[in-house]
Amino acid sequence: MIISASGLRKDFTVNRKVGRLRRERHVVSAVDGVDLTVRRGELLGYIGPNGAGKSTTLKMLTGVLTPSAGEVRVCGLEPVAKRTTLARRIGVVFGQRSQLWWDLPLAESFDLLRHIYQVPAADHAARLARCTDLLGLAEFARTPVRQLSLGQRMRGELTAALLHGPEVLFLDEPTIGLDVLSKQAVREFLGELDQRGDTTVVLTTHDLADIEKLCKRLVVIDHGRVVHDGTLDALHARYGSRRTIVADLDADWPADVCLPGASVVSVEGRRVTLELNGTTAGEVVAALAKAVPLRDLSVREPQIEDVVARLYRRD
Amino acid sequence: MLSASWALAGAGFRRYATYRQATVAGIFTNSVFGFLRCYVLLAVAAGTAAGVAGYTGPQLATYVWVGQGMLAVVNSWTMLDLADRVRSGDITADLLRPIDPLWTYLWTDLGRAGFAMLTRFAAPLVVGALAFELYAPAHAVTYVLFAVSIVLAVVVGFACRYLVGLTAFWLLDIRGVSMIWVFLSGVGSGLYFPLALLPDWLSTFLWIGTPFASLLQGPLDILVERGGPEILALQLFWAVALLWACRVVQARAVAKLVIQGG
Amino acid sequence: MYGHVLRAQIRSQTQYRMSFVVEVIGSVVINGLDLATVFVLFSVAGSLGGFGGTEVLLLTTLSACAFAVADLVVGNADKLRDYVRTGLFDTLLLRPLSALWQLLAVNFAPRRVGRAVQGLVLYVVALAIADIDWDLARAVYAVGAPVAGAVFFGSFFIAGSTVAFWWVESGEMANAFTYGGKDFSAYPSTMYDGWFRTVFASALGFGFVAYLPTLALVGRADPLGAPDWLRWCSPVTALIAAALAALFWRTGVRHYRSTGS
Repeated sequence: MIISASGLRKDFTVNRKVGRLRRERHVVSAVDGVDLTVRRGELLGYIGPNGAGKSTTLKMLTGVLTPSAGEVRVCGLEPVAKRTTLARRIGVVFGQRSQLWWDLPLAESFDLLRHIYQVPAADHAARLARCTDLLGLAEFARTPVRQLSLGQRMRGELTAALLHGPEVLFLDEPTIGLDVLSKQAVREFLGELDQRGDTTVVLTTHDLADIEKLCKRLVVIDHGRVVHDGTLDALHARYGSRRTIVADLDADWPADVCLPGASVVSVEGRRVTLELNGTTAGEVVAALAKAVPLRDLSVREPQIEDVVARLYRRD
Repeated sequence: MLSASWALAGAGFRRYATYRQATVAGIFTNSVFGFLRCYVLLAVAAGTAAGVAGYTGPQLATYVWVGQGMLAVVNSWTMLDLADRVRSGDITADLLRPIDPLWTYLWTDLGRAGFAMLTRFAAPLVVGALAFELYAPAHAVTYVLFAVSIVLAVVVGFACRYLVGLTAFWLLDIRGVSMIWVFLSGVGSGLYFPLALLPDWLSTFLWIGTPFASLLQGPLDILVERGGPEILALQLFWAVALLWACRVVQARAVAKLVIQGG
Repeated sequence: MYGHVLRAQIRSQTQYRMSFVVEVIGSVVINGLDLATVFVLFSVAGSLGGFGGTEVLLLTTLSACAFAVADLVVGNADKLRDYVRTGLFDTLLLRPLSALWQLLAVNFAPRRVGRAVQGLVLYVVALAIADIDWDLARAVYAVGAPVAGAVFFGSFFIAGSTVAFWWVESGEMANAFTYGGKDFSAYPSTMYDGWFRTVFASALGFGFVAYLPTLALVGRADPLGAPDWLRWCSPVTALIAAALAALFWRTGVRHYRSTGS
């Protein structure tokens, strides 16, 4: 296990104003007993609503924050105590904060990072070449960072986090605010990284498309606790998300039709929406075709938005 | 127009009223510097029979402590965010509003100065009065003159900072210009010692040839009753001249913006 | 490694060449104005706090030189406030280097070089014209005193910056002790009085920056009654201040890590 955390907790004291001058101290648990293990080479999606404790967890895993309680090991090290040793073995990208040098061209920031992390020149060059190739950095490598678009900068940040060949890459909302093309570039890049399998990735995101495309395993956190840990399919199964069939008919919907394995969600004129209860779509479509004349038909996969929204609402 | 002005001034006041902790920190810092400067000037005065350019001990103490308070009111050390807005291009949004940004900024700054009067002016003065003997003006009219003088000082200080901010239309980075302004205005306004200590030709030049004396030295001399309405006239001249300069320079800047498209 | 960071910072600062030149000149002028202030006040009274021209010059340039060197090396520590407020301090903690040295290197301001060089030159001039009865101890102390002073001021810069770990809105409060300390030590301690002098000269130790070393160099006893050996102790107080600053910093980082930004 490259990352293991058990009973991880982080309490913050907040002073809340009561009346004009009095303040009350409250202890708030941003992370409240999280158990988490990540295998080497895994790509883990770590999601949750705003304020759920995602970033706090990430900060504890990277050694920025000291946990209030619990055990953490990343690459076999205790993050806070072994901060500088660990820093060489992990890479971190915070979507909202830059680790690049604002006034310098991207290429110089990369060169500087080579010295900071003491990376052998050949390794550095090889990794840089690969990132340049995959992320299309060549066209803006000589531009000062402050003049880069957000999408360009994020590609630079990703490269910067990978140049020292980290074993674990932590990404905190890397696609936030990006345009469609940049999002796609980042996603494809992460997909490729996952395929190679030598870097473990922990990704927090609000972008559900990221999760669908990239993450086989999902950990969902809410109010500082893990509420789901497993595959995307398991999430669907657990929260009863179903595939739906939308059919346009050539006749009015006869109210007495009985379809085994499906239930009617809505009927609007000659359009009917059905929800599948686990049976394969084929059987239901066959039964449907027997009952009424069909003009058109589509099957929709369950939407992760719905599942996550339901999860966040704690249905 | 008038209601807009009041609203802007009110916004400036309230905005600074939210920086409570920074206000406390600022009062502390001003008070420490008040002690430093006051002891130094009083020691100089004690070491000479001729006195410090005719200032008595209490006059010097008043000069230092009121000067520390006025520093935060005139605020000549903090640049307006104008330059940032020019650089980011946000200034175009300001120019599209029905009120000239010059007036928007001026009224907001007057509101800020009003808040500073109640806090950062008053508090160091209390500290100074507790630790040293201060000079109490002999005539009631002095207080009125001083109040008008402070308002004019704020306007002069504002116009200077606005001009510094406008240079951002031509320079990429105004740090150098603001630095020169901060130090010239510091020494030229009499922050470190009364201008009367300088050779006559130099102090006359600073009084008449530059707006610096209108920032601190002018109001302070009115308060310790070494000058009267003639100082107000000088301040008024500089306030009008500088605001006019702001308009001219801004018009040029806008013309440049329109032609070059920013 | 820090060298590379420093060089990059210098490159990025010198990009705006015009502005950089103005800033270097500006900072030299500022320093000059500080000294001019002392000169103006001196010329009014003919002496300051019972000290004559060459003595005051030595004291003032020693303080200015020590401050300028400290300001060049660690003056940018006050940027910590912005780092803590914006959360950028996290990124420093994520790199395999000391957070403090990164903070200093990344914010290194080469424009301050002008001031340090100027301070040094003026100090040497002051030493040359001062009435000093040179011997080995004084020669060593003449070199050691500005170094000790710089360490002393530097400690205040760092200790002052750490206030931001607990109190982000502290504003310019630390300036009261850094720039305030510079102003205090630019004049003989005899000019101050009461509890204020006790606090700044003795409790905070600013009397050790220039006042006491100057007494030792020109061979005068302290009119305020400090024992003669104490005049030679500025390196000791500098080390104590540095140790305390390091302690403050460590405690501050630990606090930051337990509370976040």
